[in-house]
Amino acid sequence: MSNTVLSLRGVTKRFGGLVAVNAMDFDVTEHQVMGLIGPNGSGKSTTLNLISGALKVSGGEISLRGTPITALPAEQINRRGIARTFQLVRLLPSMSVLENVVAGAVFGHKRRWGQDARRHAETLLARVGLEGKGHLRVGQLTYIDTKRVELARVLASDPKLLLLDEWLAGLNPSELQIGITLIKSLRDEGRTIILVEHVMDAIRSLCDTCVVMASGTKIAQGTPQQVLSDPDVIRAYLGDDDV
Amino acid sequence: MTGTDIRNLILSAIALGICALLPLSGSGYWLSIGVTIAMFTVLATSWALFSGPTHYISLATAAFFGVGTYVTGLGFETLPFWSLIGIAGVIGAVLAALVGLATLRLSGVYFVIFTLGLAELVRQVITWFQNKSGQKGLYVLTDISEAGIYWMLLSLATAVFLTGWLIGRSRLGFALRIIGDDETVAVHSGINSALSKVLLFMVPGSVAAMTGAILAPRYVYIEPSLAFAPMLSFQVVIMALLGGAGRLWGPLVGVIPFTLLWESISSNFPQQTTLLLGVAFLIIVYALPRGFVGLLDDLRHRTRARMAEGVA
Repeated sequence: MSNTVLSLRGVTKRFGGLVAVNAMDFDVTEHQVMGLIGPNGSGKSTTLNLISGALKVSGGEISLRGTPITALPAEQINRRGIARTFQLVRLLPSMSVLENVVAGAVFGHKRRWGQDARRHAETLLARVGLEGKGHLRVGQLTYIDTKRVELARVLASDPKLLLLDEWLAGLNPSELQIGITLIKSLRDEGRTIILVEHVMDAIRSLCDTCVVMASGTKIAQGTPQQVLSDPDVIRAYLGDDDV
Repeated sequence: MTGTDIRNLILSAIALGICALLPLSGSGYWLSIGVTIAMFTVLATSWALFSGPTHYISLATAAFFGVGTYVTGLGFETLPFWSLIGIAGVIGAVLAALVGLATLRLSGVYFVIFTLGLAELVRQVITWFQNKSGQKGLYVLTDISEAGIYWMLLSLATAVFLTGWLIGRSRLGFALRIIGDDETVAVHSGINSALSKVLLFMVPGSVAAMTGAILAPRYVYIEPSLAFAPMLSFQVVIMALLGGAGRLWGPLVGVIPFTLLWESISSNFPQQTTLLLGVAFLIIVYALPRGFVGLLDDLRHRTRARMAEGVA
């Protein structure tokens, strides 16, 4: 398919004797929001780490628009257009909010510098709802605002593919609605996104397609409605007795 | 360039001009202190260019410095002095690149130990080499005066400050700040962290070697235990931290009081200097973790907060 952004073929990760990710296959097409879901320890975050280059694969191939990126270091993968957030928000504590976003704009996929990078960062801060907060230190921000800064930073390089690692985790109910609306607006812009997520409401309302993992293996793939009614998926989440 | 930049540049130029007049005072004592201050300004400022943003504590200054003195010691009879400074700078940069490639993937503590070991390693190699050739040291007899050394160091200091200023405004400088804050974020933002660190580590390596080359004539006689004295590395770290490694001018604020203090300690308590150095180190780490610069920043914040309270 010509509009495939990312494809995984037989991607495997072993930590010693433990197979954390076992022969994963899936494609993400352009403008698609794909949910990567599954119980804790099923290998979702490991898969994300393999795609972003934080971990090296033990076998299989990952390609971005047909070009293999399997063996590339993380910074090369970022420069080719894959940007990620982290499960535990990672901001740059010595810098202002604006500088945190500029950091994403200077070295990544689309490179900007000086006034251009600052203006771009300001636009993105407004985009995620932090207009006028650029001068703040990151320590002064609320939890959801730290998540917004991180999101603005990964958007700053104009990535072809966005990896969001439990971006909605830890938000309170009203923040969650704000968060879902924000991610939805990214989807409406036509961005291609993989999100690792536990929040079922978010999965239902955001994802075009889902890959469900359990014990490192893909057990189901399809629309949220399809996979969430799949007996294998229910068994993986809740155990045998509840099916 | 903004108005502030131009103002700072003019002020710096005036300060430099005043400093350059010191040898004309005719006081040998103050000239000698001036040389020491200029030397540590160069070493501590260039050290902080790398270690300030990355938080990697390098104890390799003595290794690079010693290599520089030996470049002059071995070459002053055959080559013009200015070319020796250049050669020392290149050798220092290459050595720093090699050390950087080997060690900058290591995390903090291992890096510190390795850099300390490096100075010792180079010293042992040169000692072994000299023992084989039957010499103990080298005489460096030149007609370069103390004032000449002072002016050369002052020029080098100017170059270091300009380099630091340029790095601070460059992508490389920004990359190093990001790496220092969070290396994981850095690599996932497209920064080649290994290359950035190696490139910047070459600056203090090269500068320390040039400083050694310039100072060799002052020692007249050099031998490994003098040229590679590990004390130098520690002094540089302490001075930079005392001033504050987070700003370009921070180390300078530490160098001047520390040099004067050091002068009086080493002349009054020659047997206890190392002990007192250790005590000074502890005091700085506990009382001034971000140096004088950090203290100034805190005071400024507090005053501003108090003024804001007053208004409210």
